[in-house]
Amino acid sequence: MHEMGIVIHLAKTLEETAREEGLTKIGSVTLDVGEVSGIVTDYFEDCWNYFRRKHPVLSEAELHIGIIPALTWCDSCRSTYETVKYGRVCPNCGSGETWLVQGNECVIRQIEAED
Amino acid sequence: MQNRSYRIVEVREQVLADNGKAAEKNRECLKQNGSFLVNLMGSPGAGKTSTILKIIEKLREKYRIGVMEADADGDTDAAAIGKTGTRVIQLHTGGLCHMDADMTGRGLLAFDIKDLDLVILENVGNLVCPAEFEVGADLRIMILSVPEGDDKPLKYPLMFSISDALLISKTDTEGIFDFSRDLAVQRALALNPDLSVFFVSAKTGEGYDEFCRFLDQKISAKRYLSAGKEEYE
Ligand SMILES: Nc1nc2c(ncn2[C@@H]2O[C@H](COP(=O)(O)OP(=O)(O)OP(=O)(O)O)[C@@H](O)[C@H]2O)c(=O)[nH]1
Ligand SMILES: [Mg+2]
Ligand SMILES: [Zn+2]
Repeated sequence: MHEMGIVIHLAKTLEETAREEGLTKIGSVTLDVGEVSGIVTDYFEDCWNYFRRKHPVLSEAELHIGIIPALTWCDSCRSTYETVKYGRVCPNCGSGETWLVQGNECVIRQIEAED
Repeated sequence: MQNRSYRIVEVREQVLADNGKAAEKNRECLKQNGSFLVNLMGSPGAGKTSTILKIIEKLREKYRIGVMEADADGDTDAAAIGKTGTRVIQLHTGGLCHMDADMTGRGLLAFDIKDLDLVILENVGNLVCPAEFEVGADLRIMILSVPEGDDKPLKYPLMFSISDALLISKTDTEGIFDFSRDLAVQRALALNPDLSVFFVSAKTGEGYDEFCRFLDQKISAKRYLSAGKEEYE
């Protein structure tokens, strides 16, 4: 359900980009999706395949998804560790003063397109 | 893709960038009209409509209030609000699981908000998607009802992280359900230390005086700030 909402926004952003860049047809889209972004990539692809047909510029666009691993920074021992493996508590020093530095994003990296 | 030649365009844009822009537009529109927008979120049946009715009861003398109902596609909630004589519009999300900034903006336009001091958006009943889509609100309030359990912060961390206030509702049912106030608050504050927490019951009225005083303060603060700025400009 959530993926559909994101796909609708992805389509909007792509149509805007196509207009700005004067592109008539988008051949592929590459997304960078964070490991803890909450996006289920299989389901996201299904939503995309359903939705792209409704947009002439996007109808042939293949979706490529690159996963960005989630990393957390520990303020106490000033190092990073894998978020998914260890969660909020630093495995090196046990501190909870930690922040996610990457892994919850959903960014359009590039598109392949025809003028 | 046959033999067409494609060129590669670097985009590097957040997928939700367009939503961010629309939210910024809403904030600007609210500022210009001197209105305050509340985004009220929570699971289906958590007590969103009951809370709006309490806010109306307590703040209607002071502020001109409007309500945007996005929850589901029926209009029973809108009808309940309408009975109080408050201005209300029903937004149809067409089955979408959240309100986005663009739809909210259209609601604000439909309202003619220069005549309103406080606009309350009852978002779609859902703890996931509304958290991902900012609408440009001045205050994000989430409701967690006692029957839903004290482990919700563990399951839906984002909603707790992005909210400014947490209403723990239906406290009159605490005897029936296994709900620990301490655990719920600890888990919520671990995600978001800035969260203001209130315990309320629409049935007994508990907590709504205190919560509405908090809301009142936030609305006044925005007014002072924007009035102060004008003097300096
Ligand atoms: N016991 C008790 N029941 C409550 C309380 N607040 C709301 N309810 C009941 O809970 C049900 C849902 O309340 P609403 O205020 O409609 O909740 P909502 O979040 O707007 O629900 P939806 O719009 O359907 O998602 C209703 O039957 C209310 O009477 C409360 O404080 N105590
Ligand atoms: Mg409701
Ligand atoms: Zn550490």
